[in-house]
Amino acid sequence: MSLDLLTAITVFVLGVLVGFEVISKVPATLHTPLMSGANSIHGIVVIGAMLVTATAEGIVGYVLAFVAVAFGAMNVVGGYVVTDRMLHMFKAKPAAKSTQGGAS
Amino acid sequence: MSTTETIIRYLFLAAAACLVLGLHLMNSPATARRGNLLSAGAMGVAIAATAVLLAEKGSITTTGWIVMLLALAVGSLAGLYLARTVEMTAMPQLVSLFNAVGGGAAVLLAVEHFQQVEAAELVPEVTIPGGLDVLIGAVTFTGSLVAAGKLQGLIPGRPIVFPGARLLNVVLSVAFAVGVVWLVVQPENLLPMLLLLAASLVFGVTMVLPIGGADMPVVISLLNAFTGTAVAMAGFVLGEMTLIIAGALVGASGAILTKLMADAMNRSIANIIIGGFGTGDEAVAGG
Repeated sequence: MSLDLLTAITVFVLGVLVGFEVISKVPATLHTPLMSGANSIHGIVVIGAMLVTATAEGIVGYVLAFVAVAFGAMNVVGGYVVTDRMLHMFKAKPAAKSTQGGAS
Repeated sequence: MSTTETIIRYLFLAAAACLVLGLHLMNSPATARRGNLLSAGAMGVAIAATAVLLAEKGSITTTGWIVMLLALAVGSLAGLYLARTVEMTAMPQLVSLFNAVGGGAAVLLAVEHFQQVEAAELVPEVTIPGGLDVLIGAVTFTGSLVAAGKLQGLIPGRPIVFPGARLLNVVLSVAFAVGVVWLVVQPENLLPMLLLLAASLVFGVTMVLPIGGADMPVVISLLNAFTGTAVAMAGFVLGEMTLIIAGALVGASGAILTKLMADAMNRSIANIIIGGFGTGDEAVAGG
């Protein structure tokens, strides 16, 4: 199951470096949508949850797998939709100040 | 590797590349929406490819299929409903909620994996990232829920400090160290996993409670980076490159974004996390 550890670590380190570089001078109004976008990307965990479901057995196993997959799917779908809605706000009123942030 | 699996591996690679490009496009208002769509498309392809991969391998039982498809449907509909109906002003706490469930999924995945595989497969190169996955994921889970609760007004937005909090954090940190080491020594034992889980869940709460409501967007961004790291650790546990790439990407970019958001508020991250003073709900976040 475990692939070559060195390859995995190499990929991880390069991924971290890409992550540092990919965000550059972001205007402050885009901070919250960008956070939300990154949030949807880690929804990729749903793939891992699906792979684990494939080998699940017993009631406890299936319940854990069900919750894991449901959580992951919620992260993905909700994340992308809410990011799109945030970005839609920019398009509708490009001149308007962002209303994101703090308390409701 | 069969031909189908080879094709799927390339699809995973393409999806990972599109996730990076999508995130990059979100740097500028003009291309942000396209970036998000590209990223969402890549995610859809990756999920579909995983389903095909499982069908190809044929190891999954009918019950497994039912559980998985039902969970996908339930999770997607819940996410869609919340995302579509939420008020514009309530979006940050919803993002925090989605972040919490992402971290929760990473934790459950590791717990499930440890229960399933043979003890012989639980070598340190699996158990170390597994322990870190549970630790970081569980901290994020409760931390994000508290952050969302603060923004929603369910938990007072002012910094909540209670006597002995510092001592408790020291105890929890010791529990982390003991839990991870114990887990590596006795991976088939359920106790170290439960100890680690409990300590991390409590730490998530005690970490976020002393931080004022106005700083929550920065905290959510930090927890977002945490989840990314937990997902990368989950990738190590399962030996799945796509998870490692996407997790490392979010972990690093989330850290940079947290720094940018803190800078925009003229605060340092350390200053915010130590918390216990400064701003409550009344101040307006600058990020």
